[in-house]
Amino acid sequence: MSSIEERVKKIVAEQLGVKEEEVQTSASFVEDLGADSLDTVELVMALEEEFETEIPDEEAEKITTVQLAIDYINSNLT
Amino acid sequence: MVTPVGNTVEDTWANILRGQSGAETIDLFDASEYTTRFSAAVKNFDSSDYLAPKDARKQDTFVQYGMVAGIQAMRDSGLEITEENAPRVGAAIGSGIGGIGQIEKNAEIVRVSGPRKISPFFVPGSIINMIAGNLSIRFGFQGPNLAIVTACTTGTHNIGVGAQQIQLGTADVMLVGGAEMATTRVGLGGFAAARALSTRNDDPQGASRPWDRDRDGFVLGDGAGVMVLEEYEFAKARGARIYAELAGFGMSSDAHHMTLPPEDGRGAAASMQNALNDAEVDSALVDYINAHGTSTSAGDRAECQAVRTIMGAAADKVAVSSTKSMIGHLLGAAGSVEAIFTVLALRDQVAPPTINLDNPDEGCDLNFVPHTAQERPIDFALSNSFGFGGTNGSLLFKKV
Repeated sequence: MSSIEERVKKIVAEQLGVKEEEVQTSASFVEDLGADSLDTVELVMALEEEFETEIPDEEAEKITTVQLAIDYINSNLT
Repeated sequence: MVTPVGNTVEDTWANILRGQSGAETIDLFDASEYTTRFSAAVKNFDSSDYLAPKDARKQDTFVQYGMVAGIQAMRDSGLEITEENAPRVGAAIGSGIGGIGQIEKNAEIVRVSGPRKISPFFVPGSIINMIAGNLSIRFGFQGPNLAIVTACTTGTHNIGVGAQQIQLGTADVMLVGGAEMATTRVGLGGFAAARALSTRNDDPQGASRPWDRDRDGFVLGDGAGVMVLEEYEFAKARGARIYAELAGFGMSSDAHHMTLPPEDGRGAAASMQNALNDAEVDSALVDYINAHGTSTSAGDRAECQAVRTIMGAAADKVAVSSTKSMIGHLLGAAGSVEAIFTVLALRDQVAPPTINLDNPDEGCDLNFVPHTAQERPIDFALSNSFGFGGTNGSLLFKKV
């Protein structure tokens, strides 16, 4: 089983159409990876599906970087 | 151009001239419970030469077909969009039905998983004006951006109204056409329920047989056709390759019935006559008509009657063919794909065939170019489209 970091990066790469190796942990979805507001909504939906969880909208808005996504998953999933 | 017989203009036109049918049994979904189990689908479609996979994924298939056709047309034209000309370049590209595939998919998602699972790209990926919108974003067109929706006359109306923008002076260049991908569970079921489709399931390639006595409805087709219209002096000044002149555009309404034409084809006749009047061209000068010719009982006969009405004795000399015999009925893309065929007929001086026309029906007695293409002088050619709601459009093209 891949680590949470690997799974998050794989989804980010798929959703935003970038190469997995280009997805740095520190990368911002909008500023570094070319996402727009709709892309980020869909990205959060893909994370919800991958980790079988539901991310409330107010939390989802705060997930703006790969690291923040990893942190959220780590602290909300056991 | 993306059609059931080719994913480029060159491939499609070569197959049309040799009388190739694009109909086959449906494999996109399980159609075993349907009264019609075949269609004319696009084959081996690969948008990756044109669209980034990330962008393609967000769009309904009809948008992808339209985008690819539009990008092909722009590449072929050689037109460069500059800061200077961008405000004078627009687009008018529609669809008869739009993103029905995405609508079905998201209706299922909301039913099974709830509203939070609807994609944020559902709306911008399925609404009809997104081909014109996305092409303007890609190329930087800043002029008029339209998407006329008139059922099976969509493609024709977008071309005609696009040309009118140039005449009005609101644009020098318009990218015009239509796209469709309605061969979905609900789309196919809807046309089948309206008893509009052929049910010749044992012989899909013989099912679209305009004017033949054994015709039993149309064959649903998918694809897109987009062309570049330019103001003549603008095109000349940049040394554009000019395929033909759009000489006239006519419209009319049947004011008769939701899906059936009047028997005398008066709406169709008025549409053709209005196009001729617009160009101030006598009907006797028309050498070729790309008919609406869907292979339905009432429509084919009415259109034949309409040609007789406007042409009189000259109707015995004109070549009239239905390329729907090969590609089926592309609904909102039909008019624009067929307008391109009409332009190519003028360029190559050849009338494409009507395949499957073995026994012309009573009341269908024109030169329908049965089975094989006919080389002949063509100076003026009409392209007809007639849609549900009784909306008609005709384009008159002239050889250059």
